[in-house]
Amino acid sequence: MQYKAEIHVTLKRTVNDPQGLAIRGGLHSLGFETVESVRAGKFIEVWLEADSAQEAQRLADDMSDRLLANPVIEDYRVELVAADQARTSPRSAGGGVT
Amino acid sequence: MRFAVLVFPGTWSDWDCVYALEDLGQTAERVWHRETALDDYDGVILPGGFSYGDHLRCGAIARFSPVMSALERFAASGKPVFGSCNGFQILCEAGLLPGVLQRNASMQFRCQPQQLSVERVDSGFTGACEPGQIVQLPISHGEGQYFAPPQVLDELEDAGRVLFRYHGENPNGSLRDIAGIVNPAGNVLGMMPHPERASDALLGGTDGNYIWRSIIEHWG
Repeated sequence: MQYKAEIHVTLKRTVNDPQGLAIRGGLHSLGFETVESVRAGKFIEVWLEADSAQEAQRLADDMSDRLLANPVIEDYRVELVAADQARTSPRSAGGGVT
Repeated sequence: MRFAVLVFPGTWSDWDCVYALEDLGQTAERVWHRETALDDYDGVILPGGFSYGDHLRCGAIARFSPVMSALERFAASGKPVFGSCNGFQILCEAGLLPGVLQRNASMQFRCQPQQLSVERVDSGFTGACEPGQIVQLPISHGEGQYFAPPQVLDELEDAGRVLFRYHGENPNGSLRDIAGIVNPAGNVLGMMPHPERASDALLGGTDGNYIWRSIIEHWG
C-alpha cells in the first residue's frame, strides 16, 4: 500500500535560529509589528510503499533519524497519510509538488 | 607523503589543495567520491565546496558517498584526515567529529581574511606553529556557526581538542569562538578556514603552510 509521510523537521528549542530571526525582521519591516517570534524548519513529503501504517511509520522514523534530521540540533515529527486519501498522487503532482 | 584529496559532486577547493601540497614537495591526487579504498595514501584531505549543492544540510548527502566507509577505516588507522569548510561539515555529519555547522548568526555569507589563535602547538596539525601564535587564513562560508551541546563543548575544552579559535571578531557566531577541532585520537581535524587559499605569497599570505608543514612533519 502506498503512504505519504509528511515529515516536519524543526530546530530544537535550545538552538538559535538565525533564519527565523531574519524572517521576523522582514515581517516587522512589512508592518507585522505584533510578530514576537519566528522559527523556520523544513517540510518533507515522502511517498513510499509499505505493508502497513506501522511499517510506513517505522521507515519514516528510521529515515528521519539517519538522514532527514540532524539529532544534534533538530527534532522531527511524522504525519502519515494513506496515499488514496492524499489529495494528490506523486505522478500527477510532478515530483511531489502539490 | 601521498595525499588523497577527495572530490564530491560540488567540491571546489580540490585543485587548490593539490597545488598547496605539491608546492611543498608532496604527492597529492584527486580521488573521486565513488572510490572505495584509501589504503595507498598517507593522508586524506576533504576540501571545501558545496557537495551535493548543500541540499538538506551541508555535508548531509556526501556522508553516504562510497568513499566515506573507506575514510572511516582510514581515520581509525590513525593516519591524518583534514577537512576544511565543507570538509569540516561532512566530517561532522559523518560523526567523525562532534557538533554541527549552522547558518552564520549574521545570516551573511562571509568571505574575508580571518585571524585565528592557535590553541596548542603539541598536536599533529599545529606542531610547526609557535605557542600563542595568531595565523591569518581566509574564510568563505554561509554556514560555519559551530554548535554542540554544552557538555560536548566542555569535553572538547577539557580534552584540549579545540585547536583553532577565531581571534578578534567572531565571524559566524560559533560557540566559544571555535574554528577548528580534532577527534579524541587527534588525527582528524575539521576547521572552517581555508589553509589552501593561504599557501602561496601570490595569494596574499602563506600561513596555511603552517598546517600542511605540521602534518608533513608529524606523519611524514
